[in-house]
Amino acid sequence: MQSVANEKVRLKTFWDRRKPMIEDWKHTFYLWRRTKLAMIGTVIVLVFIGVAIFGPLFMPYDPFAQDMAHRLQGPSWDHWFGTDQFGRDIFSRIIDGAKIEVWIILLVSTISGGIGMFLGVISGYFGKFIDDALMRLTDMFLAFPSLVLAMAFAAALGPSLTNTIIAISIVGWTTFARLARAEAMKVKTQPYIESIKALGAGNGRIIFLHVVPMCLSPVLVQLTLRMGTIILTAAGLGFLGLGVRPPLPEWGAMVSDGRSYLMDQWWISTFPGIAIAIVVLGFNFLGDGVRDMMDPRLRR
Amino acid sequence: MIILRFGAYIVRRLSLMLLVMFGVTVIVFFIVHVIPADPVGALLGGNAPPDLVDQMRHQLGYDRPLVDQFGNYILNLLHGNLGTSLKSNRPVIEDIAEYFPATLELSIVAIIIAVVLGMMLGILSAVYRNSWIDHFSRVFSILGVSMPVFWTGLILLLIFYYILGWLPGTGQLNLFVTPPYRITGMILLDSILEGNWAALWDGFRHIILPATVLGYSAAASIARITRASMLDVLKQDYIRTAKAKGLSKRIVVYRHALKNALIPVITVIGLVFGGLLEGAVLTETVFGWPGLGRYVVNALLVLDYPAIMGGTLFIALIYSLANLGVDLVYAALDPRMRI
Amino acid sequence: MEKMRGDLIDVKGLRVVFHTYRGMIKALNGVELWMNHGERLGVIGETGCGKSVTALSIMNLIEQPGEIVGGDVFFEGKSMQKMDENKLNAMRGSEVSMIFQEPVSALNPVMKVGFQIAESVAKTKKIKIKKAYPEVEKMLELVGLDSKRIMEMYPHELSGGMAQRIMIAMALSSSPKLLIADEPTSALDVTIQAQVLKLLDEIVKKFGNAVILITHDMGVAAEFCDKIAVMYAGNVIEYAKTVDIFETPMHPYTQGLLRAIPRIGISKKLIGIPGNVPDLLNPPNGCRFHPRCPHVMDICKKEIPKLEEVEPDHHVACHLFGGGKK
Repeated sequence: MQSVANEKVRLKTFWDRRKPMIEDWKHTFYLWRRTKLAMIGTVIVLVFIGVAIFGPLFMPYDPFAQDMAHRLQGPSWDHWFGTDQFGRDIFSRIIDGAKIEVWIILLVSTISGGIGMFLGVISGYFGKFIDDALMRLTDMFLAFPSLVLAMAFAAALGPSLTNTIIAISIVGWTTFARLARAEAMKVKTQPYIESIKALGAGNGRIIFLHVVPMCLSPVLVQLTLRMGTIILTAAGLGFLGLGVRPPLPEWGAMVSDGRSYLMDQWWISTFPGIAIAIVVLGFNFLGDGVRDMMDPRLRR
Repeated sequence: MIILRFGAYIVRRLSLMLLVMFGVTVIVFFIVHVIPADPVGALLGGNAPPDLVDQMRHQLGYDRPLVDQFGNYILNLLHGNLGTSLKSNRPVIEDIAEYFPATLELSIVAIIIAVVLGMMLGILSAVYRNSWIDHFSRVFSILGVSMPVFWTGLILLLIFYYILGWLPGTGQLNLFVTPPYRITGMILLDSILEGNWAALWDGFRHIILPATVLGYSAAASIARITRASMLDVLKQDYIRTAKAKGLSKRIVVYRHALKNALIPVITVIGLVFGGLLEGAVLTETVFGWPGLGRYVVNALLVLDYPAIMGGTLFIALIYSLANLGVDLVYAALDPRMRI
Repeated sequence: MEKMRGDLIDVKGLRVVFHTYRGMIKALNGVELWMNHGERLGVIGETGCGKSVTALSIMNLIEQPGEIVGGDVFFEGKSMQKMDENKLNAMRGSEVSMIFQEPVSALNPVMKVGFQIAESVAKTKKIKIKKAYPEVEKMLELVGLDSKRIMEMYPHELSGGMAQRIMIAMALSSSPKLLIADEPTSALDVTIQAQVLKLLDEIVKKFGNAVILITHDMGVAAEFCDKIAVMYAGNVIEYAKTVDIFETPMHPYTQGLLRAIPRIGISKKLIGIPGNVPDLLNPPNGCRFHPRCPHVMDICKKEIPKLEEVEPDHHVACHLFGGGKK
């Protein structure tokens, strides 16, 4: 009996302590519903992910099957977006490409978010020379326009899907490191951290149970903001021939494929580009909305 | 007093930048020398006999210990020597001197477009907050940053060059136009200096498309920060005072709000410049613009390591200088920071 | 056409709401207020009772997310809700001026002080800004500042007291018929408060402007004003001559408010009003004061009392005095 009562009290204090946070989420949800752009963005992103997962069910052709008899055909009922120089169906390739883009976004977000969180939390929590060293390191990475650095990495590693992901991740972690660091420094000075330290909690315990959870939500928000940029960077690398290589239907590489045929077979470059634009637009709408919701100056 | 403190600030920023640039060199060196890929093999082709490769490698110093190589590179760097391009067989620094002005010119025109367009959209958005004007200008600016620049470039080429024939295609100047004597390396500027109006007109027609593509892509972040900053300023007490004075909306916005709202906008222009350099790599490739971006891309494609290192370092330097410049302007602009 | 109760300002049933994420905040709930030329009216009440919102409504400066949803303000008999933006702008600053609580932040940080005053002068007199500077100098001297030096300064170089003098100079440079002073002294040091208030008193006496003084300081109001309106949770609940308010307060809230002020020489126990200011998202039904009122009756929970003349020139909104009899 005693323990049940105890549990109830604990549960209540648990919720009470999180009340401000829940209020905050409610507020955020209210703002989301009021921000039309964010809603449209969410829908686009959901459709994009849906296409990546269920796309193969609706694919009219094999995205890799060459059909030289029907090469370079314009949009028609048979081939909605036309065919490329190998007679492959562009519509099917775009659908198949969604999978690649989602894959890139997921892995890059996880890797760069992970590295950034790890370094940022360590730097913010321990401070001193570790902090100095890591912050100078972020300064150095931030001294490059990110595409240029990613290009260099991708080229040195050799063009492929894996290397594209590695290159973009290595370039992108700095933002998250800075965010996590700021958050860790804030949490570190909280009175309750002092008190659990006094109770004998070790650094590892404090970091994983108290600091990391606090860093998670700003980092996640920032991640969603960056997803559009990730696709654009990947597509840019693909377009320059430094990223995902044909025959994989990465959208940027597909635009590049059609370059030499631009004058007469405009559809080869046009449709993959539209696909990129729509998806990035979705992420940016979402991101713009999220930023508005988070901006204390606009939030009320 | 004021000047002294400002001077100290500049010195501190410059020394910090020196440190960062050293680190940048380490990073670039690491990318080029530690990550495995074979420059000599790429240079000589896949079927080169092994002893030739070894000889070449020795000749280029690639068989020496890394620390040696790095020390050597830094030493050369301090003398302004960035090495010799494996492909063009010229000193990299000369290549950069040849290609950079074109990039600079493109970036300047693009940033003017970005700032004018972005601020216009941002101000409209803020002043007519939540009206259809706001929605339209936000969607329009987000669209700019969402479309991949290389694709927008291709589509504009398709429309204005191939289909309509209104504007020239790739390059900086038409072959039949006598280029101006090279003074700064920037075609438009040189044409004006020389009074070569034909070249100026042709150069202008060539720069419209790439600069528009680049500027439009960069306008969104300026529009966004202008809007947020403007909304913030419009809520301030002194705006209420201005309204209570009975000043018209136009004067309240342009005389009282804008100057205050501009201060944060200037800080993002530095960031935007980085985005422009990024975009320049892609637009230059699409429009065959003989700039540094295309130079680096070509170097990367053939693994011309000295060119890659030199070009990348130079871009990082320019980017850092731009950010430094913006910070200084910011410090000088706000009367509150002057004392 | 209804009869105007005051020949300068007549606020009739003014309702203002603010739209927020938690819902609609009913900031003003049918405010009734009026005054004549040259009068000095004090508006008092706790923080958040709608004093400032009332002031801004008189200037018609309520903006997103706020909205005037009912009632009207009549300025010399003209409906301000029916005026277009140009007419309002012609009136603001010229016929009605305003000074604010935080004088330093009320001045534009990137403009010289002289220019900001000159702008006001130029607008009223319809002259070029450059030609307005002699008048600016005159005004600055009038408020006791070294005009040559001050004109060239930026607001961040000023103290709060100086900034408020500048605001006064700016507001009165157009010799407005009405000056609204929204807590003009509460952000200042106590010694400076007295100086600024004295200055305001002198200048207003000289020009004969009507003044609405918004304050939560009963002492300041008593000293400065001819009439006092007491506000509570978005309503004017008592409106009378200053003497009457202090000698024979009628509304239970006013009585409570006066009991909560310490007075020199009288060793009476201070008594606060029990309870809290109501949440304006979900204000109580009926009289908004009823949850805290010691004399609460059934009717108070259902009906909102109207502001009625209980004694000559003494208006109260309370069911205790319903129908003008006790």
